[in-house]
Amino acid sequence: MTLRQAQDDALRQAQDGASITEAPKPGGAMRQARGGRSAYDGSGWTPPSWVRIVAPVVVGLVILLLWILVVDVLAIAPRALPSPIAILEQIADHNDIILEDMAITARNALIGLALGAIVAILLGALASAFGPIDGMLAPLVSAIAVVPIVAITPILNTMFGASSQFGRVAVAAIASFVPVFVNVLRGLRQTRPVHRDVLRSAGANGWQTFRVLTLPTAVPYLMTGLRIASSIAVIAALVAEYFGGPADGIGTAIATYAKSGRAALAFAYVAGGIAIGLAFFLVTSLLERIATRRKPV
Amino acid sequence: MSAPTTGSTPAASTGLDSAGTDSTGADSTSLAVRAAGVGKIFPTKTGDVVALTGVELTVAAGEFVSLIGPSGCGKSTLLRLIADLDSTSSGELQIFGKSAKQARIDQDYGIAFQQAGLLPWRTVAGNIELPLELHGVAKETRRARVAELASLVGLSDFVDRYPDQLSGGMQQRVAIARALAEQPRLLLMDEPFGALDEMTREYLQGELTRIAKDTGAAVVFVTHSIPEAVFLSDRVVVMSPRPGRITEILPTGLGDVRSESLRESPEYFERVTAVREALHGSPVERANER
Ligand SMILES: Nc1ncnc2c1ncn2[C@@H]1O[C@H](COP(=O)(O)OP(=O)(O)OP(=O)(O)O)[C@@H](O)[C@H]1O
Ligand SMILES: [Mg+2]
Repeated sequence: MTLRQAQDDALRQAQDGASITEAPKPGGAMRQARGGRSAYDGSGWTPPSWVRIVAPVVVGLVILLLWILVVDVLAIAPRALPSPIAILEQIADHNDIILEDMAITARNALIGLALGAIVAILLGALASAFGPIDGMLAPLVSAIAVVPIVAITPILNTMFGASSQFGRVAVAAIASFVPVFVNVLRGLRQTRPVHRDVLRSAGANGWQTFRVLTLPTAVPYLMTGLRIASSIAVIAALVAEYFGGPADGIGTAIATYAKSGRAALAFAYVAGGIAIGLAFFLVTSLLERIATRRKPV
Repeated sequence: MSAPTTGSTPAASTGLDSAGTDSTGADSTSLAVRAAGVGKIFPTKTGDVVALTGVELTVAAGEFVSLIGPSGCGKSTLLRLIADLDSTSSGELQIFGKSAKQARIDQDYGIAFQQAGLLPWRTVAGNIELPLELHGVAKETRRARVAELASLVGLSDFVDRYPDQLSGGMQQRVAIARALAEQPRLLLMDEPFGALDEMTREYLQGELTRIAKDTGAAVVFVTHSIPEAVFLSDRVVVMSPRPGRITEILPTGLGDVRSESLRESPEYFERVTAVREALHGSPVERANER
């Protein structure tokens, strides 16, 4: 037990900060983002929910106005910072090619996330079922967790050739593997003693116990891992494009247009990247929320 | 509740002697529980905890036995040993003449724990039918049985709800229904009515004695309530802590029919007093004379 906790801790520290493992809470990230908690939660004053929606919008508008003021009205911005209006124009003019590149990056991120998650789930299940495998995997995962994924990206890109997307997919897969693995492994160890007693007294065999109890208990943790991994996968797939591979995708376009002085178009692509990240986050948050909707009793 | 699956008949009159010196042959299989010199030690960092020592107890098939005693005297531990959720440290324990493990695998008992222990991602129906599902009972059969059990514990309107939508008492009733699902010939219950209001509690006490009688199931029932122990039981087992042991076994001799009028009868009050005195360790002789 203590050994395992130590391993978990090591993994957590390796991934700088606690963001990689979060205990799933009923309601999940979405609920908190939408302000679903009660007004009284013991931590002092909580703003009513409309304030929590309106406030970020107001902040965003203020920043946008300042931006327009600096670039368009005062004209004191460097050339690399285009006007928001110019960015919007670029988005409108080039939405077809932006969407095409978004599809490529999103596809890489999604396949990478799926691959990383599948391997993480399988290895997590193995590690939780067999102690020795856990002992073998833990240092390996810690090692993967501390490798700066950017460092091996050029190598992977070269390994799979300049015309293949697979280097990028592999980068996204490796990056999303760690948070999913750590959370799945945690989740598989969360079964409550009284539930284990219930199944044991019903004469359930090992496989039945896994299917009926261990797996459903772990699903909310898996979803939390997926939510964390989804943003990482998008970032990894996009950044991987800066280091070679085919001449497509959001990252490639941003690099190309930034270098050739078409800053507004580069920013239009940045907006595309944000849209992908947002979509991944919203979908996985929704899944997490569905998985955590039943409070433990 | 339908007819019993096993042919065991409830012991007509039960007392200390009815199951005192039997360890062989046909006799031992007609016993639901036979514990001889059972002890349980939990090794902990700060030294061994003797949870139970020298437990001598027999429960005849169809007999209703309550365990009563102060907190920490080992009632739950004894129940867990019978259920093969923990193993004995010493002594011999047989369930229907088999090892506790074999009895668990054969599904000879149903158990309701101190905590309801419902799976939060399953509906009430899903929780009640869990044992049936694990044993491969067909879907239609399961549905019919769930309907029967849900109405028994008064939760017919709640079968599609999830546990987090139920009160604590309702959750406990679901757990009781789940324990009854396989029509076991031995029911193990750990303070199942502790979280219930007095009305439901008395109703379910009546139901439980009826179920036990109809199915011929033996019951080992842990409780903190003296009146509850007396009302339900053929015998009341009084335990004491440090180390956990049986101090006295009191037959109630209140007969087979437990109606509400029993709660008002003088014999009932006499038994309550006797159990109370046994618990408090005051004049034991008086209790035995009766
Ligand atoms: N797993 C364990 N490890 C160590 N000690 C234990 C364990 N389980 C029980 N004990 C100890 O054994 C003793 C009996 O516990 P048990 O739970 O059987 O009491 P109980 O009679 O059911 O009490 P209550 O009425 O409060 O439920 C207690 O002193 C308890 O501390
Ligand atoms: Mg107890």
